[in-house]
Amino acid sequence: MFFGADNAGVMKLYCEYKQMKSLLKGAWTSMFFVTEALAQTGLPPQGTEYAARFDSLYNFLIGLSAFFFAIVIIGMVVFAIKYRDRAGWKAKYIHGNTALEIFWTAIPTVLVLIVFAWGWILYKDIRTPPSDAMEIKVIGKQWLWQFQYEDGRTLVNEVYVPVGKPVKLIMTSDDVLHGFFIPNFRIKRDVVPGMHGYIWFEATKEGRHQVYCTAYCGTAHSGMLASLYALNEKDWSDFQRGKKINVEPAHIPLAFGGVAPNDSGAAPSSGGSLAEQGKKLSQTKGCVACHTEDGTTRIGPSYKGLWGSKVELADGSTVIFNEDYVTESIYEPNKKVVKGFVPSMPTFKGQVSAEEINALIAYFKSIK
Amino acid sequence: MSHDEHHAGESSNYLNHGKGIMSWLATLDHKRIGIMYLWTTLLFFFFGGIAALLVRYELIAPGQTIMTADQYNKAFTYHGTIMVFMVIIPLIPAALGNFFLPMQVGAKDVAFPRLNLASYYVYLAGAALATSTLFLKGVDTGWTFYTPYSIRTGTNASMVVMGAFIMGFSSIFTGLNFIVTIHKLRAPGLTWSRLPLFCWALYATSIIQVLATPVIALTTFLLFLERAMGIGIFDPALGGDPVLFQHFFWFYSHPAVYIMVLPGMGVINEIIPVFSRKPMFGYTAMALAIFGIALVSFVVWGHHMFVSNQSDLANFLFSLITMFVAVPTGVKVFGWVATMYKGRIIFKTPMLYAFAFLFVFTIGGLTGIFLATLASDVHLTHTYFVVAHFHYVMVGGTIMAFLGGMHYWWPKIWGRMYNETQAKLACLVIFLGFNVTFFPQFVLGSRGMPRRYYDYLPEFTALNRMSTYGSWMIGAGLLWVAIYMIYAIYRGEKASSNPWNAMTLEWQTTSPPHHENFTTIPKVTDGPYEFKDA
Amino acid sequence: MGNKNHHAHHFESAAAEFEASKQGLWVFLVNEVLFFAGLFVAYAIYRILNPDLMHEAHKYLNWKLGATNTVVLICSSLTMALGVTAAQKGQQKKSANLILVTILLACVFLVIKYFEYMHKIHEGLLPGGLFSYHEPIHPKAPQFFSVYFVLTGLHGIHVIGGIVVLAWIYMRTLRGEFTDKYFTPVECTGLYWHFVDLVWIYLFPLLYLAS
Repeated sequence: MFFGADNAGVMKLYCEYKQMKSLLKGAWTSMFFVTEALAQTGLPPQGTEYAARFDSLYNFLIGLSAFFFAIVIIGMVVFAIKYRDRAGWKAKYIHGNTALEIFWTAIPTVLVLIVFAWGWILYKDIRTPPSDAMEIKVIGKQWLWQFQYEDGRTLVNEVYVPVGKPVKLIMTSDDVLHGFFIPNFRIKRDVVPGMHGYIWFEATKEGRHQVYCTAYCGTAHSGMLASLYALNEKDWSDFQRGKKINVEPAHIPLAFGGVAPNDSGAAPSSGGSLAEQGKKLSQTKGCVACHTEDGTTRIGPSYKGLWGSKVELADGSTVIFNEDYVTESIYEPNKKVVKGFVPSMPTFKGQVSAEEINALIAYFKSIK
Repeated sequence: MSHDEHHAGESSNYLNHGKGIMSWLATLDHKRIGIMYLWTTLLFFFFGGIAALLVRYELIAPGQTIMTADQYNKAFTYHGTIMVFMVIIPLIPAALGNFFLPMQVGAKDVAFPRLNLASYYVYLAGAALATSTLFLKGVDTGWTFYTPYSIRTGTNASMVVMGAFIMGFSSIFTGLNFIVTIHKLRAPGLTWSRLPLFCWALYATSIIQVLATPVIALTTFLLFLERAMGIGIFDPALGGDPVLFQHFFWFYSHPAVYIMVLPGMGVINEIIPVFSRKPMFGYTAMALAIFGIALVSFVVWGHHMFVSNQSDLANFLFSLITMFVAVPTGVKVFGWVATMYKGRIIFKTPMLYAFAFLFVFTIGGLTGIFLATLASDVHLTHTYFVVAHFHYVMVGGTIMAFLGGMHYWWPKIWGRMYNETQAKLACLVIFLGFNVTFFPQFVLGSRGMPRRYYDYLPEFTALNRMSTYGSWMIGAGLLWVAIYMIYAIYRGEKASSNPWNAMTLEWQTTSPPHHENFTTIPKVTDGPYEFKDA
Repeated sequence: MGNKNHHAHHFESAAAEFEASKQGLWVFLVNEVLFFAGLFVAYAIYRILNPDLMHEAHKYLNWKLGATNTVVLICSSLTMALGVTAAQKGQQKKSANLILVTILLACVFLVIKYFEYMHKIHEGLLPGGLFSYHEPIHPKAPQFFSVYFVLTGLHGIHVIGGIVVLAWIYMRTLRGEFTDKYFTPVECTGLYWHFVDLVWIYLFPLLYLAS
């Protein structure tokens, strides 16, 4: 009877045990996350000589804050314990102390003025580019970064610069506010439509540096990322000679330990099958900011299972997702918008060649 | 309204003076208007809090968790807009201030009771207009409405900015009322140097409300016109200047930060002397510091725009002037700690909130120096560091002070005590939850994670997850407070007229107070914190 | 509460209530100044950034109509001031008549403004994206007309508001609600009306005489 009664009961117990175990595991993971979180304090790696000087200021501010915080909190805790309400204890009547008040007005005044001057001196450096700085034009648009070189080349979401030479980025926006931020270099500037702002830097650390958009710009704001590659002399001269440099991730070390959104970073025809090239292109041209290959819907439709299928458009008509539709959508993206999506894709006319479109087509075909 | 004063009996108070829903909705009694403001702002606080929990839950892991990018953008916009315009700005002045400012100055009411009631309904109308967009395409601009995104967005930014425009008038009415009340309705003997510091704080707040709010009214109005007919003042596509919007916006919104935090400082100013049984250390300096902060607040707006392409000269000046905010703020913090020196510290819930306030606000203030310094602001602005900083000041400062003030004055408002043990434990939960939520965000920001990010790089996962866990703690703590506080209204122990032995005038009348506050207008003979305990 | 012989219960005397009301109105006017100040700042910024803009664009405003309106408003301020003095002396009838003249002058102002606006709309001298004048002026001319329309429009709304309040005061004066002891609303409305005139006195040279 007892045993017969309950397979179901045993199962229930077992389930509860499993639930308990997953809960415990959750708690353990949380603990792990706390330790990991604490281990991650501090600033990102220093990608320029300026970053090191910035960090001195930052650390000074941390020290200063810790000092004043300690005074306030230790004072509060000590007084709270020492003068706690208890039998026979009476408050002493003190209305103030002018000398003390002047003291704690004057000292912070001097300190903040020092901090201000220090901040201004550093700031002046990042606002004063050397006259021989190499210029690259930057255009922000929803939701990608375009980099135009003097020689006419345009790159999307990736920019190559030489190590040890000053570079000036002249930036404007095509639509709304964007912000150009390179944490490893400690510099940032809003990218404003109708205005040309600039930042400059001299990279000292070879490798990949993350670029973020920091001014809220709509749906794919957090996907508006770019990679800045600081190249050594040899790679840089290759790049300058227009050679599509074949740099593998191993060759270009990550400047910090994160997973790069597009860590190949290499120019398109770096080998591999046509579909593989297309996949790389979809990363370097910024398609991945809005379109996925795993069926997740972002700003635009996912490629998954799209090839050859009938697509319903916003106006109710349908179109076959084929070579022609892909080409048209890359050059004139807002002509035939898929139903349920807003027309927001920028044109890639002049930025994606016919060969590259073929590679992309091969890639789309490969995503079942 | 009746002038009947024949309810002199023990049981006659503002709560039972007049029955029925209309006796509330059409009341001219500042106390009842204060209560209506209290419940309304708390209701919006609840909605804003839900939005915050959703935002945090989405960020528990990179990639999509519970909502799409567009839904997320709306969630943080509603969180910011509701919390700033509908909660923190009216919370202390319009709810607690409305109730206690006239009582603290020994008046029967504010100077213009009808204007006071109008301010409530104007607020309600503005808030209703803004929140109703939730069902009308929503809004995704962020609470700052930066142009040109706010001009281009297909969401319903127009209705929300009109809501903010309308709520601005409510804020102006309240400020105007308080200024005149403090000037003209003080009880005999209540000289300026005997005025409670809560009144000083509200006075400074009111001045900011009157001087700065019209500028945001104009700005939102222009933005509305820009969206409606393209007047081309802010829109670069029509030759306008998008950065001009930021100047206008921060000309109001920076002083508005002090509209939010000065009343909180005022509450702390009341709590610390009462529970230290000692006069405020340096009363004059404390009052002057409030005005110092209020004055400086008008000339520092540009520090929000160090990377916005404003001129380097402007950056130089704004950074320099901003530094001077630190001085009066320091004076206040040191003054609070010094007030405790050789006092008799009583550990009641309001005092615990004052401790929490000091802890959190000091961090908030000190991290402000990082953002006032030009070079470090360039790295930290637009990142989670800023998010952490202003939550430490706004939530840590204003909400902690509000909770302290709510516990402090609850017995006076309802004539009932809350459960002290539960209150202390809930305070601890909120305090810990707050730090677990927002401290990791400083680290996220200094490591480079930008704000308003739906998705983030995997390296930021641990800190984000920690922050999300903390948000659950805050939510649980606040829910707990709501439960025992509401319970106290109906079942709490009866409160005496002056349970904390405070000296300010609101405690010199019955709990809950009489319909006209005092049966006879009190005469003031001494400062507000002269306890002289036996 | 509206009883003329009593002051509100929370004031100790009618004099105290009068003082409070007057101070309240002053605070309100300070708030109004800041409201218009924002627009004057926008004006200043566009003027500093484009020194030639105001010079070129202001020619398309009719300074004669503007000047007439200035005179109309100054006269209305005068009649208002006289009306307040009459109210203070308890001369109800005289006060009512002067307020009526003030209202009429305000209407004249609006009528002239209406013709000005109609002319601009007809010519396409409109704000921002609506600008469609038949020949090019200055690239930033649409911004000038944005500032012009918003500034004069908001001023116009204040004039309309003033007319409504003046009409209400006029009715109350006719009903004999004011005495030489109680004339707070008349005095406060007068202050407001002077402010509205003052805004125009700044507006007129800045926009119409911008060279």
